[in-house]
Amino acid sequence: MATTASLSPEVLAKYEPVIGLEVHVQLLTNTKAFCGCSNQFGAPPNTHVCPVCLGLPGALPVLNERAVEFATLAALAINCEVRERSIFARKNYFYPDLPKGYQISQFDKPLAKNGWIEVPTPEGTKRIGITRLHMEEDAGKSIHDGFADSATRTYVDLNRCGTPLIEIVSEPDIRTPEEAYEYLTRLKEILLYTAVSDCNMEEGSLRCDANVSVRPRGQEKFGTKAEVKNVNSFRFIRSALEYEIERQIEVIESGGRVIQETRLWNAHEGRTYSMRSKEQAHDYRYFPEPDLPPLIVTAERRAEIAKQMPELPEARRARMVAEYEISEQDAQTLTATQAFADQFEAAAKAAKSPKRVANLVQSELTSRLKLKGLELEESPITMKGIAFAADLAEEGKLSSKQLKQLFDAAFENGEDFAIVYEREKPQQITDPAAIEKMIDEIIAANPKQVEQYRGGKKTVAAFFVGQVMKLSKGQANPALLNELVTKKLDS
Amino acid sequence: MTVETTEIKPLSIDDIRASIESGTSRATAIAESYFEQIQSRDPQIHSYLSVNRERAFERAARIDDLAAKGEPLPVLAGVPVGIKDVLTIEGLQATAGSRILEGYRAPYTATSVQKLEAAGAITLGKLNCDEFAMGSSNENSAYGAVHNPHALDRVPGGSSGGSAAAVAGGMAVATLGTDTGGSIRQPASFCGVVGILPTYGRVSRYGLIAFASSLDRVGPFTANVKDAATVLGVIAGHDPMDATSSPLPVPDYTADLDKGVSGLRLGVPAEYFAEGLDAEVRAAIERSIDQLRAAGAIIKPISLPHTRYAVPTYYLIATAEASANLARFDGVRYGFRAKDANTLSAMYRKSRDLGFGAEVKRRIMLGTYALSAGYYDAYYKKAQQVRRLLTDDFLKAFAEVDAILTPTAPTPAFKLGEKSDDPLSMYLADIYTVTASLAGICGLSVPCGQSAEGLPIGLQVLGKHFDEAMILRVAQAVERLN
Repeated sequence: MATTASLSPEVLAKYEPVIGLEVHVQLLTNTKAFCGCSNQFGAPPNTHVCPVCLGLPGALPVLNERAVEFATLAALAINCEVRERSIFARKNYFYPDLPKGYQISQFDKPLAKNGWIEVPTPEGTKRIGITRLHMEEDAGKSIHDGFADSATRTYVDLNRCGTPLIEIVSEPDIRTPEEAYEYLTRLKEILLYTAVSDCNMEEGSLRCDANVSVRPRGQEKFGTKAEVKNVNSFRFIRSALEYEIERQIEVIESGGRVIQETRLWNAHEGRTYSMRSKEQAHDYRYFPEPDLPPLIVTAERRAEIAKQMPELPEARRARMVAEYEISEQDAQTLTATQAFADQFEAAAKAAKSPKRVANLVQSELTSRLKLKGLELEESPITMKGIAFAADLAEEGKLSSKQLKQLFDAAFENGEDFAIVYEREKPQQITDPAAIEKMIDEIIAANPKQVEQYRGGKKTVAAFFVGQVMKLSKGQANPALLNELVTKKLDS
Repeated sequence: MTVETTEIKPLSIDDIRASIESGTSRATAIAESYFEQIQSRDPQIHSYLSVNRERAFERAARIDDLAAKGEPLPVLAGVPVGIKDVLTIEGLQATAGSRILEGYRAPYTATSVQKLEAAGAITLGKLNCDEFAMGSSNENSAYGAVHNPHALDRVPGGSSGGSAAAVAGGMAVATLGTDTGGSIRQPASFCGVVGILPTYGRVSRYGLIAFASSLDRVGPFTANVKDAATVLGVIAGHDPMDATSSPLPVPDYTADLDKGVSGLRLGVPAEYFAEGLDAEVRAAIERSIDQLRAAGAIIKPISLPHTRYAVPTYYLIATAEASANLARFDGVRYGFRAKDANTLSAMYRKSRDLGFGAEVKRRIMLGTYALSAGYYDAYYKKAQQVRRLLTDDFLKAFAEVDAILTPTAPTPAFKLGEKSDDPLSMYLADIYTVTASLAGICGLSVPCGQSAEGLPIGLQVLGKHFDEAMILRVAQAVERLN
């Protein structure tokens, strides 16, 4: 058995991994792919079913046009060519959660092909090719545990049966587990932006299989690949691929040969297991689905669907960097989800300084969210609250210390910024006489620094501002304080 | 009531509606008389697998209520019909002639049946057929063979043997059957009734337990051409539940029936009159053609050159599709499940081994083989290419003729057991019918004579896609002239 400890970095470095990903994505249509049943997740078992998705004798599939729209939109978002005429095919295999004994899929004429997406790598942006995107239906769910008699019985829930899926197959362009992670992240982000799926890995609406092989660096020919199934979490994609890569290298290093097989990732044990070899592989006996006419997506319809294309994440980030003068890093944080980016943009546009809104998110918000283990959507402080805080800071009505305190209070109480601000109404000393009195006190106590300033080292002013702010317990109006310190020192 | 029984037997659809409308008879009484006929005649013929008196009387009573109130009656008001047991009816058994569906009750009704019943037809019961509509003699039914009403030692044809025999035996005014390679036309020919193969897409397949999806069609059997036209008009039309059904409007198929054949160009393909054609059948067909010529039709010899490839092409495509269509019968959710299986694959194997009959298993294996990796191109793909050529043959022919005349079957009804051990000779019984199935065109079989022994002989009339009105017009002339 391969272990991660047994291979030295030098040995690992001799090999180059080659990875291709197959991603299944459930489409967020109201109804299933070929019948009118609800496509909602989480209903009691076997309640979202009808003769069609149960595969009852005599029932026939009728294609959900909304699913075609979603699939086409996704295909265009990942730069695929959409075929005018694609063909559904039957993929034949027996399994209790596949009631027809075949899955309606697409085979030699998929909906779309030849696409790509770009991912960041240490060497710069890299383009990962997409071989194809095709439509298919999901199978039901076999439930092997969780029941009193699970030792002897398997239960089947067919709610998921007939859920529309797209399968997106990448070229074998991925070279590291990190690139695979980035590819998945970017792909998920694009699909979320197009709103064709919720891409929820936990609920199975985004699932990933990986084709993995290794070859000695410099060799042109691909090594024998294994298909790793069940990599169904972003957390595990890297470890599953790392494990499989090292397993294959160890097989080769110990004089063996990698065999073509399907392997199952076991997240609990952190390893892959052989599921079936090439010899045991299914012959799916694909043939054109006679119950469905060819799927026609005319150029006009494609153009109509393309009109629904939202601004995609990459383009949005570029625009935001330019528009709000924020860093690429800030743009990255702010566009994590489309809803959040929308909120940010609305807030930023309403605020006096969009850049300050971005800075507050970056400096005050994200670290606190991380600490509390919250997602951006779960933040007690809304983007409106951030914009409100940014304006107060911009006007000099809040010191940075006060700002931090208010943020802390908001997170502690789970309240929005404005609520905390209105309640606490941080005391600000705006009386010039009171501030001048404190400045005099500090100047008197620090003759050396006064001398430095007067000797031409103007930056020492900040020292005095800081000291006075401290003395005022952070309550001095920052703008007024700045002004008065300079005045006093210069006089 | 017994008086009525003897009176209504020769009645047509129009006669039945008129008698209910005028009050000379009632739908419930008519239904009762047909149930009596089933009770007395069907023990010898075995065309019904189940009858549903209660359901029938309940519906007949509704028709009688309408009539009593003097309200207009729907076109099939009170017409007793039987349904081939491959079509589903909510709450009723749907066996498809197979043990594997023993005890299965359908939770929904097939569109064609729904339309029939919405038009006032009274369903008497479900009709016997070859298992999953696979067969040409009705001997492949898991529930016993059907006997030909014209000669009880002979087959009624298949696979819709029960549907043809029920009409021929006076046990229904109309029935629905299905035709994948000849399963309506051939039994119609053997039983001396009219049977229509509508154009692919003309009648919804929703609720038809699939054999070969690209070939399966639902069509009517009746005792005369006009009734066939009427029933077809009721069941035809677009169905949003069947993606392969056509949106073309449905014409009134009875409108042109009596226009005659004068000036019509009728093609006679040489390939259908070659070796293997029974002499008596040939004589009857030729006599019928002569009568049509005498009635003013222009008879044109034509050629359909790819005809000889039709049977192998048909058996590749039909079995390939069947191998997938029948995968759902796995013992997991409904129907028959073998009891003594300890693993999933053992359950699949045993359930399917015991649940399916020999012919069905033979076809599943043929189809699985034809689709297997390494064989697909040589078999399934090639068959699809030949299918195109066969279709082109017809399209070319229809540029020159209005309809095509051929024998429906090479022989009259053969004897029970005569071919059941020889699948190949059984497959050749479909030689004249599989071509229209592959091409998707419409066709029908109309009685045109009898053998010396009194066995019915059918003439096949083939027409362009969606030109059912034309073949019905020709058939009406054949019926008149016969």
